[in-house]
Amino acid sequence: MTQPAPPPRTLPAIDPDNRAYWTRGRDGVLAIFKCHSCHAYVHPPVPFCPACDTVAVSPQAVSGRGTVVTFTVNHKQWVPGLPVPYVLALVALEEAPEVRLVANITHCDPAEVTFGMAVEVWFEPAEDLWIPQFRPARSAA
Amino acid sequence: MTRHAEKDTAITGIGMSDVSRGASKSALALTVDAALEAIADAGLTRAEIDGIATWPGERVDGSGFSPVGCASLQDALRLKVNWYAGGREAPGQYGAVFNAIGAIAAGLCRNVLIFRSMYEATARKTAFANSLLRPGERQAGPFAWYAPYYTYAAALQQALFFNLYVHNSGIRPEQVAQIPINQRRNAALNPKAVYRTPITLDDYLASPLIATPLRLYDCDVPCDGAVAIIVSRIDVARTLRNPPVRIEAIGSSMQYRNSWTQLDALDTQAQPKVAEMLWSRTDLKPVDVDIAQLYDGFTYHTLNWLENFGFCDRYGAKDFIEGGRRIALEGDLPVNTGGGALSAGRLHAYGAVHEACTQLWGRGGARQVQGSPQVCATSTAGGPLAGAMLLVRD
Repeated sequence: MTQPAPPPRTLPAIDPDNRAYWTRGRDGVLAIFKCHSCHAYVHPPVPFCPACDTVAVSPQAVSGRGTVVTFTVNHKQWVPGLPVPYVLALVALEEAPEVRLVANITHCDPAEVTFGMAVEVWFEPAEDLWIPQFRPARSAA
Repeated sequence: MTRHAEKDTAITGIGMSDVSRGASKSALALTVDAALEAIADAGLTRAEIDGIATWPGERVDGSGFSPVGCASLQDALRLKVNWYAGGREAPGQYGAVFNAIGAIAAGLCRNVLIFRSMYEATARKTAFANSLLRPGERQAGPFAWYAPYYTYAAALQQALFFNLYVHNSGIRPEQVAQIPINQRRNAALNPKAVYRTPITLDDYLASPLIATPLRLYDCDVPCDGAVAIIVSRIDVARTLRNPPVRIEAIGSSMQYRNSWTQLDALDTQAQPKVAEMLWSRTDLKPVDVDIAQLYDGFTYHTLNWLENFGFCDRYGAKDFIEGGRRIALEGDLPVNTGGGALSAGRLHAYGAVHEACTQLWGRGGARQVQGSPQVCATSTAGGPLAGAMLLVRD
């Protein structure tokens, strides 16, 4: 018996502000907007730093390490072929804990995901995009 | 002293269509039923309605989420109005009421017809119409941040917040269960409720997990139905047939980041400053509230609002509702007395306003709260959306 193919992911529409976030994974880079003056991170990427009233912000590479702020284990098969259970999470970045990124937590049993769990980014290719995803961090350096 | 404009308005009439898991009438027909009932209940005629408002405005996407807008209802009823508004960018579902308060304060209207229509039960029989995702389409706007991650329903976003709340508060499923159990008990006494068979703790614990910690019985019930209310200028209200249900205070603020991912506090959502605004506009205190119709798109919202309105401390809801007695019809603070959206149907906070007035006017029948309740707190919620009203019968 063959498994139905997982449903395709719904991809984001790309604009000048979010392009780096969804495409720099091609080079293995997670890119987050950062202020040139105060070095604060701005997410979602908007062309303005509210801390110093400047539009001088641009996407910069971050480590890709983070922690799970919150998560849910989805059990409902919303559409045919959807592989369940899966984890949806919000991940806080190591450099900027106030920045929270949405991701699935992959490469582990959903039951193993915990609050505060250390995770690292990887990129799932989809059409012309590279979708940031997170998995358990390999043992700390 | 600042005169708060909501104090010059009152609810003067209410109407509700049949509410079901599959209507025999169109969404517009249901809306007309609710509107005509509300107009008559206020003792008004169609000619005296001079404003219309709804939230979130007409959608023709087949979801049933808001199948009727101001224009469709106005034309159906041939209303002649000075002002109308329906739009999504507002402090949640009560944005339509807050807009109407402004229109009355601006001298544009005396009697505003406000309505909310739902046709989600029928929509979901033909397709997974509530899906947030559209196959083959790229997602623009704020939801794009969730779109690639199989975020099929709002339930998943709320489960993220709910799980953090569970983690921080230590609430147990047996405690959460008191919310749906209480509401089903109330729904059994409400002839219009969609589900009226009582449920037990075992039923709750056995209900399917949707996305941890959300179970099926934590979720509201999609329905076909419509609610209408009339909001009138207070001097007009005092000439009409019902004792005015005054809008004593509102909370409509957006002091937080308006985001489903970057909300300042994920587990309390946008509610604390909305409640703070409401209490800053009245001399009444939480202890003065007789009944509460709290948003219950998910049980978690109701728990959140018990705390954020100040009926109990932060993370104190689990103790407040323990055993269910305090929130029962006979309790200190009866909550969601008609069954709420969990049991009576997802009329999206307008069922709550209808029930508030039903109780304040003493029309609750078998579910009437004793002691002639006079003050009701009511609220909406959902991520960065929140709104609240304090209603007081004259």
